[in-house]
Amino acid sequence: MPTFNDILIMLPEFYLVAAACLLLLLDAWMKPEQRNILHWVSILVLLVGIYLVVAGQPDVAVTAFDGMFVRDTAAEILKVFALLCTALIFVFSRPYLIDRKLYQGEFYTLMIFATIGAMLLVSAGNLVMVYLGLELLTLCSYGLVALNRDSPLSSEAAIKYFVLGALSSGMLLYGMSMIYGATGTLSLAQLHGAVAHAGMSPNLMTFGLIFMIVGISFKLGVAPFHMWIPDVYQGAPTAVTIFVASTSKIAAFGMAYRLLESGMGGMAGQWQMMLAVLAVASLAIGNLVAIVQTNLKRLLAYSTISHMGYLLLGLVNAGPEGYAAAMFYAICYALMSTAAFGVILALARAGFECEEIDDFKGLNQRSPWMAFLMMLAMFSLAGVPPMFGFFAKLLVLEAAIHAGMLWLAIVGAVFAIIGLIYYLRVVKVMYFDKPVEGLELRPQADGTLRTVLSLNALLLLGLGLYWGPLLGWCRAAFAS
Amino acid sequence: MFNHLLSLLIWLPIVGAIPVLLAGSGRPGLARWLALLVAVLTFIASLCLLPAYNAADGALQLAESHVWIASLGVHYSLAVDGISIALILLTTFVGILVIVGAWEVIQDKPQQYMAAMLVLEGLMIGVFCATDALLFYVFFEAMLIPMFILIGVWGGPRRVYATLKFFIYTFLGSIFMLIGLIYLYLKAGTFDLHTLAALPLTMREQTWLFFAFLLAFAIKVPMVPVHTWLPDAHVEAPTGGSVVLAAVMLKVGTYGFLRFILPITPDAGDHYAWVVIVLSLVAIVYIGYVALVQDDMKKLVAYSSVAHMGFVTLGIFIAFMLVRDAGNLEMANLGMQGAMVQMISHGFVSGAMFTCIGVMYDRMHTRQIKDYGGVINVMPWFGFFYVLFAMANSGLPGTSGFVGEFMVVLASFAANPWIALFAAFTLIIGAAYTLWMVKRVLWGDITNPHVHEMKEINGREAFVLISFAAAVLALGIWPQPLIHLMDASVSQLVQQLAVHKI
Repeated sequence: MPTFNDILIMLPEFYLVAAACLLLLLDAWMKPEQRNILHWVSILVLLVGIYLVVAGQPDVAVTAFDGMFVRDTAAEILKVFALLCTALIFVFSRPYLIDRKLYQGEFYTLMIFATIGAMLLVSAGNLVMVYLGLELLTLCSYGLVALNRDSPLSSEAAIKYFVLGALSSGMLLYGMSMIYGATGTLSLAQLHGAVAHAGMSPNLMTFGLIFMIVGISFKLGVAPFHMWIPDVYQGAPTAVTIFVASTSKIAAFGMAYRLLESGMGGMAGQWQMMLAVLAVASLAIGNLVAIVQTNLKRLLAYSTISHMGYLLLGLVNAGPEGYAAAMFYAICYALMSTAAFGVILALARAGFECEEIDDFKGLNQRSPWMAFLMMLAMFSLAGVPPMFGFFAKLLVLEAAIHAGMLWLAIVGAVFAIIGLIYYLRVVKVMYFDKPVEGLELRPQADGTLRTVLSLNALLLLGLGLYWGPLLGWCRAAFAS
Repeated sequence: MFNHLLSLLIWLPIVGAIPVLLAGSGRPGLARWLALLVAVLTFIASLCLLPAYNAADGALQLAESHVWIASLGVHYSLAVDGISIALILLTTFVGILVIVGAWEVIQDKPQQYMAAMLVLEGLMIGVFCATDALLFYVFFEAMLIPMFILIGVWGGPRRVYATLKFFIYTFLGSIFMLIGLIYLYLKAGTFDLHTLAALPLTMREQTWLFFAFLLAFAIKVPMVPVHTWLPDAHVEAPTGGSVVLAAVMLKVGTYGFLRFILPITPDAGDHYAWVVIVLSLVAIVYIGYVALVQDDMKKLVAYSSVAHMGFVTLGIFIAFMLVRDAGNLEMANLGMQGAMVQMISHGFVSGAMFTCIGVMYDRMHTRQIKDYGGVINVMPWFGFFYVLFAMANSGLPGTSGFVGEFMVVLASFAANPWIALFAAFTLIIGAAYTLWMVKRVLWGDITNPHVHEMKEINGREAFVLISFAAAVLALGIWPQPLIHLMDASVSQLVQQLAVHKI
């Protein structure tokens, strides 16, 4: 029987579900011209969600509903940043949505439900819960990608996402069933204990593990399971792409951590090498293919693939430091994505997506501040000190070397140089090229958007100069 | 008052860049004056280093240390010795001159240009102060961003190619150094350079680290064969960018040799000293010949920079040979000292040469030697300075160029007369390429009608050239104060060379 305590532990999630349902009602009752209220209420809902997560933070890890749900520091940090990213997306997206007549209640409710899915996923204590959270997150994402239903590109992206997503969910489920068959338990904690014992059918376990890694790789967008990323990034409305690139990636890291460490930690010796191979493939494919892109959203998609390769460098370590580094990287990547896509959103107007790299020509002449913010995001993505992205790379490289994989760190370093080429190209276009005649490149007049976007991008510099506390939290989450 | 002097020196120009930027393109005059004010204040602050520093001691002083990243044990720690102070003074001195030099030359977005210069200045000072390897690395890499923008926005026709090459080349070298630093960190548990210097390392480890560091710093210096980015970057950079690049940024590379290779991998450094010595000699002789055939003045001076920096690397590594093989500490000291003097001298001379070329370029918009001829007839004052700096560039006694080169050649002679022979070649080749350029540019009849229209230097340009000339002559005639400033620090470095770490 669920006790009151169980509900208290899951309070942020319960609250968000209730709030999302109320928002649905509110949307139905309100006139279209009052939609601004819905917008601000949604942001408020997320901010209160952050407060509830932080305020109710337990000192030690607690579980609810017979271990289905875990509330520990790792989950708390990931939830805070997932909620924060979604709130940022709401702020950045409003003018974009208005211009495209997508300014509807569905966007807000679907995003909040997807975020709830992300929260359940990072708090999962049971294979069923992992699957439940994942499906909530991805089903909402499919709908969001197809939000602009008149656009063939958007629909195509949604279908691709859906078909490949369903396939990977199937793989994940198949892997889970094998593990269940071998161990007889769905609870991650029991699984962790069971894996350590001998007597398990090793083949069945290994196969199960491989299928689970396929599922995780798909969610992260790690090569060779990356095919959907470029199409979805490019096809989806930018307001949705930013979600797939930020909140969704934080959740994917959470899922990888729960399954690989909380569940299959005893088999680290086997999955470490698999992840190392996947990391190399991602770094290579992401960085090399990004060089030839002309569409900025697509370029950032390939850059995501490479960044997930770096994230795996942290996971490969399979120790507390490695998980902390990977978590740091996931958070860093999410904040860099919101900044980069935020600039695209701020520059887009009705009938102009501002997603081709050439659209950014001479941005420094037209809008020096936007160019500066984008430059911060690009140098951070490229990993040039003193930006935030550099320190995230530093930590994952350190984790890889610590795990005895010096070669992997060197591969990571080499691809960091190759990656530099396409990030610098964006800076080059903005600063060194002349603006295209007749193309008006002016940021949206929305004051909140400009302020919050500036803060977001400056945070990349600020956290680069002082990232100690964040790393401290990430380390505390995995210290045991 | 001196507790936070180093932090002040780093952050004053960087923070000062913000109001300069905010002045906006609408008020270029305000931006220029603000930038000049910040640069002058920084220079004055850097002069305060001299009384605060105890030159007789020679150890790292004026230390500042704060915990930066507690969970990694990274500190924001700064300290300077005589060598760093000399380089910081060079930086702040050149910092003023490039801002004055760009005064009305940069018409397009002057506020961004000035701000980038100031940020660059602060970061370079940071490199010379950092005593934590990670902090050093951050400054070392962050320098690339403003330079990238400077070359790319205000550069010549092939600026995009040049600036991308510059950025990627330098990044390529330093990322392997980063791997090396992480490796050291995992072994020592800290990025503190002092602790890393005391860390025992096997020969195998030292060899790998040595080559990782060598790659990073050799690209920056630059040494043959990784120097190819330099002529491109110099040719395309705006005058101020070239001046900073040649005068200060190249020194960051050789400074890195002193702070990383010498203390951390002394045994590998000794074992592979011949590699660096051979490369330095190739730079001195071969690149000298390459400079001889250039048609572009900037390219010529860029190649001559590579050749002159060869003396710095030669002086540093000849010290290894002298200490380890001959046990000759005195001569090693001389070689090292010569390298340091050459670093400072080259800062002045190359900065002045690039300023001169910039002055001519502003009038003629060409850097081709063949477009000039007979300039002395229309710009006699300018001709005077140009000849002076050309003499310094070819190492004439009485100018700063002579002192360092002479000391290095003397030390090389003690190590091996053959090395000295090749090194001394520079006196002929250097004179050949520099004076031949002077002959073709200044002397002779005016063949190009545009030269007739060239105006004599104005007061602003005269100020910059006089400042450089004063520095070049002062250092050439009376180098003692500079040598005294660095003497104790240099002997400590040399003594460190003798310590085996295996």
